Amino acid sequence: MTTGEVLAGRAYRESTTSRRLEFRRQLGYFLLLLPTLLLLLVLFVYPIVRLIVTSVYDGNHFTLEHYRRIVEVDLYLRVLQTTFTIALQVTLLCLILGYPLAYFLATLRARTARLLMILVLIPFWTSILVRTYAWMVLLQRQGVFNRWLLELGLIDEPLRMMYNRIGVLVGMTHVLLPFMVLPAYAVMRGIDRNLLRAAYNLGASPFQAFLRVFLPLSLPGVAAGSLLVFILALGFFITPALMGGRTDMMIAQLIETQIRTQLNFPFAAALAAVLLVITLVIFAIYNRLLGLDKMFGGGY
Amino acid sequence: MAETAAPLQRAAVATQPARRRWSIPWSRVILGLFSALVLLYLVAPVAIVIPMSFSAAKYLSFPPPGLSLQWYQNFFARADWTSATIQSIRVAFTVMILATVLGVAASLALVRGSFPGKDIVNLIIVSPLVVPAIIVAIAIYGIYVRLYLVQTFWGLVLAHTVLAVPYVVVNVSATLRGFDIRLEQAAQSLGANAWQTFRYVTLPMISPGIFAGAVFAFIASFDELIVALFIAGARGRTLPMRMFEGLRMEIDPTIAAVSSMLITFSVLVLASAEFARRRSRGD
Repeated sequence: MTTGEVLAGRAYRESTTSRRLEFRRQLGYFLLLLPTLLLLLVLFVYPIVRLIVTSVYDGNHFTLEHYRRIVEVDLYLRVLQTTFTIALQVTLLCLILGYPLAYFLATLRARTARLLMILVLIPFWTSILVRTYAWMVLLQRQGVFNRWLLELGLIDEPLRMMYNRIGVLVGMTHVLLPFMVLPAYAVMRGIDRNLLRAAYNLGASPFQAFLRVFLPLSLPGVAAGSLLVFILALGFFITPALMGGRTDMMIAQLIETQIRTQLNFPFAAALAAVLLVITLVIFAIYNRLLGLDKMFGGGY
Repeated sequence: MAETAAPLQRAAVATQPARRRWSIPWSRVILGLFSALVLLYLVAPVAIVIPMSFSAAKYLSFPPPGLSLQWYQNFFARADWTSATIQSIRVAFTVMILATVLGVAASLALVRGSFPGKDIVNLIIVSPLVVPAIIVAIAIYGIYVRLYLVQTFWGLVLAHTVLAVPYVVVNVSATLRGFDIRLEQAAQSLGANAWQTFRYVTLPMISPGIFAGAVFAFIASFDELIVALFIAGARGRTLPMRMFEGLRMEIDPTIAAVSSMLITFSVLVLASAEFARRRSRGD
């Protein structure tokens, strides 16, 4: 610190040492926060609390009937199972596609990597509806892929690539892949290459060096990406609603139909509560492992 | 630290794979090819929509058999598409202003202030980013029915603001943390009051974060479908709602034209955000 900075700091500290002034300062900050806090309490926290209350309280007494229904009716259990399976499959696909890509980008010069990163960011910034539409055009029965394959004589009959699991996985992985690549890349960029060189010097093959040094160091980014993809996949609605099969329903779709066609708000609320608890548990794990501030706006 | 190590690292990189240089680095070639394919998977579907939107055919095919502007004409001629677009722009613009004002104020409090419960408040503010949209949608729908806010402009704006504020707070907080508080202290010791300090010192310094947050807020509302599906109603139909309908019934090729315009828009937004970031870092 220069003398000027020291003096400025001291003058500042002296001007605010009085406790009353400090209290007024903090009160001012709190007032700045108040509108946002009120908005979120009234339109986010309270509605969700009320939702959960609706799922267990029918106006007169406490009931777990709606939860029992989720567990007892095969259809609903299957929806939960499908939701988990799809979320897991999408996370694995993102891992398989995203890890090598992030690794490759991290080994390039920063300038080149930034240019290629634009190709990850353009779809990231494009509306999910637009991207789902693009996949529908490509994968539908009369779609681009089927036409090409028919013209090339590779198939005799159009393949079913949509309104089934394949369509959902292709579409969802496309939407969620950037959420894997961005944190994985950020962590891999930060890994000190000298550590790898040390491994080579000690006689490790490139593969051993990768497995024993690089891979463990890259895990925080991979874990962040995987948990994020998994959380987002669990609550997915648009892609499965547009590209999924009728028997392959995910929980968000079930919640939507329960309200829009069955008008069964308490049951939908119970389903939402289940989804919420699962999401929050994973969120808490994420926070424990990595800290929430790493999740968003991580400086890409 | 990282900067001083960089030249050293580069020198070491140049000498390191000496024993592998004589053979073709197959693992590297395979990795590069694989990465290229993954990038193709990410970009190609988005890129393919643009030439298809100029197709002269009545169905969607690639490459298009001829060029025409029929789908763009269709978009601009049909009131259901244009009114939905105008509604989306109105909502997103209002949300952007509200969320930015609220978010900047909240960020100042969260970064500079220290009061009990700050961590919890922080958690509440970011949680709309992870709670699935369907939950937020039905929860807000549940209370809007009682408040007579369903199918109103301000109802949708407020709901979208809840979803947009976190983006502003995250971006603005990040720039606020990165900026030297002694600049504010210097201004105050020279006699500036709290407002003057904010207006002439803090605000110019954090403007890139505010810009990024505002852009995110606009997009968060403009692209939002699920909450709107529940509370906007047919009269206040937004563009994503109109697109969703178009995709659910038959795959209306007008969406190719809409999509192309949206892709162009997001590329412009991305470019301007990148530009703002570069300018703020001075390179």
